[in-house]
Amino acid sequence: MNLLSELLDFWQLQAGKLAEQTLQHIGLTAAAVLLAVALGVPLGLWLTRRPRWAPLVLGVAGALQTVPSIALLGFLIPWLGIGAAPAIVALLLYSLLPIIRNTVTGIRGVSPAVVEAARGLGLTDGQVLRRVELPLALPVLMAGIRTAAVIGVGVATLAAYVAAGGLGEFIFGGIALNNPVMILAGALPAAALALAFDGALAAVQRLSLRRLPRVGAGLLVLLPLLGALYLLPGAVGRLRAGFSPEFVGRADGLPGLQRAYGLRRLPSVVLAPALVYEAARAADVDVIDGYSTDGRIRAYGLRVLRDDRRVFPPYYAAPVLRPALLRAHPELGPVLNLLSGQLTDSAMTELNYRVDYLHQEPRAVAEAWLRARGLWRAPRPVVAGAATVRLGSKIFGEQYILAEMYAALIRGNTDLQVQTKTGLGGTTICFEALRSGAIDMYPEYTGTGLQVLLQPPPAVLDSLGGRPAAVFEYVQREFGRRYGLQWLPPLGFNNTYALLMRRQQARQLGISSLSELGAYLGR
Amino acid sequence: MPDTPALPVIRARGLTKRYGPQRVVDDVSFELTAGETLVLLGPSGCGKTTVLKMLNRLVEPDAGTVEINGQDVRRQRPEELRRGLGYVIQQVGLLPHYSVADNVAVVPRLLGHAPAAIEARTHELLTRLHLPPDEYAGRLPHELSGGQQQRVGLARALAADPPIVLLDEPFGALDPVVRAGIRRDFRELPELRGKTVVLVTHDVAEAFELADRILLLDAGRVQQLGTPRELLLKPANDFVRRFFAAERLALQLRTLTLADVQPFLPTAPPLPALARFHLDTPVQTALEQLTAADPVAAAVGPLMHAFHHALQAASA
Repeated sequence: MNLLSELLDFWQLQAGKLAEQTLQHIGLTAAAVLLAVALGVPLGLWLTRRPRWAPLVLGVAGALQTVPSIALLGFLIPWLGIGAAPAIVALLLYSLLPIIRNTVTGIRGVSPAVVEAARGLGLTDGQVLRRVELPLALPVLMAGIRTAAVIGVGVATLAAYVAAGGLGEFIFGGIALNNPVMILAGALPAAALALAFDGALAAVQRLSLRRLPRVGAGLLVLLPLLGALYLLPGAVGRLRAGFSPEFVGRADGLPGLQRAYGLRRLPSVVLAPALVYEAARAADVDVIDGYSTDGRIRAYGLRVLRDDRRVFPPYYAAPVLRPALLRAHPELGPVLNLLSGQLTDSAMTELNYRVDYLHQEPRAVAEAWLRARGLWRAPRPVVAGAATVRLGSKIFGEQYILAEMYAALIRGNTDLQVQTKTGLGGTTICFEALRSGAIDMYPEYTGTGLQVLLQPPPAVLDSLGGRPAAVFEYVQREFGRRYGLQWLPPLGFNNTYALLMRRQQARQLGISSLSELGAYLGR
Repeated sequence: MPDTPALPVIRARGLTKRYGPQRVVDDVSFELTAGETLVLLGPSGCGKTTVLKMLNRLVEPDAGTVEINGQDVRRQRPEELRRGLGYVIQQVGLLPHYSVADNVAVVPRLLGHAPAAIEARTHELLTRLHLPPDEYAGRLPHELSGGQQQRVGLARALAADPPIVLLDEPFGALDPVVRAGIRRDFRELPELRGKTVVLVTHDVAEAFELADRILLLDAGRVQQLGTPRELLLKPANDFVRRFFAAERLALQLRTLTLADVQPFLPTAPPLPALARFHLDTPVQTALEQLTAADPVAAAVGPLMHAFHHALQAASA
């Protein structure tokens, strides 16, 4: 009951989006099915005349069907870019098999005696096809089209991964946010659409053969119109945005941003997170969401728009450790604090760029930076029986770099041994490893500590108001109180959500902050 | 001028068809004059259906020619050729999504006949074939019995009044009672009078009942071409003889007429019982009617005796 009311609330809140996505979904499916019929029926007919080719063609169509849809989209993007084209082509390929196969089966199912009699009476080959074979094969053929349409509605949800819209936007947003209401908000209309398509085609099938030509002609007009629905909510705006599903859905993502900066006239598409940066680079979109220290910002010539009204929560990186570590080795405290406040956003972006895009070793990148900052000390000789500090990190480049920096500092400035346990999966794994004593410390982000681990009530979040110092103090205090863990001072950079633009375009338009973006769009 | 033979309506020369290494039809030739009924007879797989389909180009021969009214059929578009030839097949092949009336009207519509004329013709044919149009015209084929479907198939072949009708085992799928009924209707159908007919069957009795001449085929080759009487009484080879062996007596009784046996009947005492029969009457019919009235009719013995002598004379 609760879920239902939440769902209704969600639909009410997102009514515009729901309508837009539904129309896009219908449009994508209709366009793909139309193309598949236009291609598959003639191909199937041809196969009934050239049966030797049937195993090959049906085999290829069947093989296409087995390619996972995400992989198929992945193959298509280099050719067709993002947007409707790869989505429709993928849908088309999935729709082909049932249409070709049912055309072949339907025509083969027509009694040879009927065909022979028709030819013997003097019907031309074309007349035999139009008046005898197609009408008699129609039930089977229509069943194939219905199958294709139902598959199409299902696969069209994946269009949301390539900026082609559709109900998948809610579904993937919901999955990214672990929000069942949002998943249902997209999944239920998609299921209803599948039933509606199937029912409508079934109604066509039940029509008497006499009325079929007229209805068929009507469908030929209607399907492209439905396909054109897709184009209706077209990009009307000065800039076009591409966002990951999670960003669109979460309260401190796009909705918060729109409230704070009035970015209302920013038409946006939803994209797979992995494709967002590529889309910006290829100028398919102009504004994207991302993380403020991502190496691709440097690699693709993007720039972070300053969040001057502090909508995005602060995600300052800082080491979290077991207090016992500092009690046992008091000399470690000053060493770990050598990095405090030393890394700016742009510095961290540069380091991430080297590791993620130039594929340099995190250890070498860490050492080079320490040398440049005058923090580097050669490792001290190994002292027998010295204690070992175990460093953890999550499984991405930035964390590897930070772990290597701490390891180098400890080896150069103390007699302690270091063991790095990098690649500990996600936040929860690192945190639990630290609590259980499997590791002694790891770099964490204040926002993650707040939102993911502590999960304070909304009133507390409001009171913190996204102020970096307040968040840090709260996190530090609560970790000590609840878990007996200790935060050291932050390193300086803030790896938070950010809106990014191509550097050149941002300069041309004179946009360096989100306020300026809002002002530009509002003009 | 009785000496000049009438121009053949159908002339087939040297028809040959190979499927792979096998010759399913091997050098088959025949001619038909207008109004004649030719039966293509032979065991299953002898090539008789293939020969029939060469006439309307459903099968193209590898060698040989077919001329219809003196014109090579290959000089005509197949569809146009076929619209001028009635065609009936064993499986009937009614268009299952067309009503009975629409099935009958297929060819006249293809030929662009006037709708009113088509309707009148359909009405007439259905009536003649014992399918009252009021009841049957609107039905779909699957709502009819097998015999009724075959009648519709026949009506469809005759709808455009083609001078030539091709029939491929038209009664083959029916049970014997229905079959005899349709065959009788077929024989007596005024629409068929004067038409040139080629009929394929493997049923000897049917061939004898309907044929003016029979073309007996085996393994693609012509075994004998002639009247039923010639095939029965003067078989060209062992195959022909064996082919009729099982039903020889019945066929002979049906083929010889009172005219044939008359020379061998005793003149004294005369047989008044036979006087009421026309000379065309088959011996079998005469016997049946005699014994129906009186199982031990006195005329039976002399009639059988004369039949025996007539047979010897005819086979000599």
